[in-house]
Amino acid sequence: MAQVRETKLPGVGVRHDFTTEDGTDIGVLVHRDGRREILVYDTGDPDACSSLVSLSAADSRTVSELLGASQVTEVVSVVQQNIEGLAIEWIEIAATSSRGGETIGDGQYRTKTGASIVAVIRDDQSIPAPGPDFELLTNDVVVAVGTSEGLTMLRDLIHA
Amino acid sequence: MLIAAGSSEVALGFIELGALIFLLSLLSRLAGRFGITAVPLYLLVGLAVGEGGFVHIDVSIEFVELGAEIGVLLLLFALGLEYSEAELRSGLRTGLAPGLLDMCLNALPGVALGFLLGWDPLAAILLGGVTWISSSGIVSKVLADLGRLGFRETPAVLNLLVIEDLAMAVYLPVVAALIVGGTIMATATSVTIALITVATILLIALKFGRPLSNAIAGGSDESFLLTVFGITLLVAGVAQQFEVSGAIGAFLVGLALSGRAKERAEILISPLRDLFAAIFFLFFSLQIDPTDLLDAAGPALALAVVGVFTKMATGWYAAGRTGAGPRGRMRAATVVIARGEFSIVIAALGSELLDGPELGALAAGYVLVTAMVGPLITRYSDHIPIPDFLTRNETSKQISSNAAISDRS
Repeated sequence: MAQVRETKLPGVGVRHDFTTEDGTDIGVLVHRDGRREILVYDTGDPDACSSLVSLSAADSRTVSELLGASQVTEVVSVVQQNIEGLAIEWIEIAATSSRGGETIGDGQYRTKTGASIVAVIRDDQSIPAPGPDFELLTNDVVVAVGTSEGLTMLRDLIHA
Repeated sequence: MLIAAGSSEVALGFIELGALIFLLSLLSRLAGRFGITAVPLYLLVGLAVGEGGFVHIDVSIEFVELGAEIGVLLLLFALGLEYSEAELRSGLRTGLAPGLLDMCLNALPGVALGFLLGWDPLAAILLGGVTWISSSGIVSKVLADLGRLGFRETPAVLNLLVIEDLAMAVYLPVVAALIVGGTIMATATSVTIALITVATILLIALKFGRPLSNAIAGGSDESFLLTVFGITLLVAGVAQQFEVSGAIGAFLVGLALSGRAKERAEILISPLRDLFAAIFFLFFSLQIDPTDLLDAAGPALALAVVGVFTKMATGWYAAGRTGAGPRGRMRAATVVIARGEFSIVIAALGSELLDGPELGALAAGYVLVTAMVGPLITRYSDHIPIPDFLTRNETSKQISSNAAISDRS
């Protein structure tokens, strides 16, 4: 897969863009209100977009279905049906949390909540299956799997 | 106030207000048609109905005055709402160098002119603020209208706006404390108190912002609107009591809101802000004597010409740092020219000063010119020839490591 570049636009949303195999730069701008714009960058003036399509939330779903995301959705829903009651949650370690600097083992999260930390996202990189001696830092995002009660308890623990 | 007055006076007050606001609505439509902001037009209306203008309003003046104060609060509240705490933090990290250049290039001409005109130092500092801060309202509207949000130079522009907002959070309370003034000792104390108050509110906002937001996010639109409006006025009032500008209190409340509370506030408060902000611009220029404005026309125009070029240099530099090419840099340079609402907010702070009337007139003239000319220049920026000396070192386009841009595999 091509390298996707992410750029945050304060007050507007997030832009992702990449270079296609034939050398065209294209991108998607996601507005905070869910609107999306598809951007095709100009070859003469690489900062400008020569064509720009604006999509509502519903339009974006239609386009992604057309591009083949429907297969992904099907697979995900099958997984969710197979394991009834299992939920997944992303929890950020806030700057105010005392968990920053502690290891996962220190927190005894699985013992206390039954939920498992399956990955940690740090600076947009995901670290899969962190061990008990993995040190959490503030602004990390913890990806956890468990029952919804367990995840609520985990959230409270991490925010403490 | 109006309710206590006789019924004929109420009728007159309604007619005055109604006619004024209706006139503003027409101008707002007109501005929309030409793709410019209505702020300069509102200022013109205020000039026409104020001291020495064509018509004179008197009955509704108290309402207009209070409305104007609320307008400032809501403008700053909405500004705080605009950016999340994370965006401010990353803005500070990546935008410090362009932010400093922005301040030096754009505030200094204002300060210098203030001294040249023989004003007291405080009025000169306020004029520096007027020439410094771009209008985030105009800039973001122009970017959206011209379909430039996806362009590569745009993050640099938005980061510049974020940095200016942060700078305002320090500048406003310090200047408000300076205006209270007194001896050097007393001034130093009030500046310290101002900074401590801001730091305290900011700390509370960041620490308890989320639970607070969650606590108030529910309820009907009506109860939510009243809650947010009430809290904003309360915090602003308390801040004012500590002689920190109330506007900065409102700014911090906006900053503290997050999640759903933030989204709802954006939708529910913005019509209220538009109404009261319009009244604020009207009231501001109402106090300006048109003859003062004529006297200020020369300096304002000169300052505006300088301000156009210093702002362009800032935008050019900021976009260059993120690796934009010459055309992109020119677009970024021209889009940030417009000054607007915050220049007026800053000038309004000084209305009680000895040089206040002249400061107000100069600021109005300055905003009239830059807010009209800026969006026009940037619309045609792709046709502006770029002088050779600016692109000579562009052979190897440098892409600086921008922390806001990260690769995802």
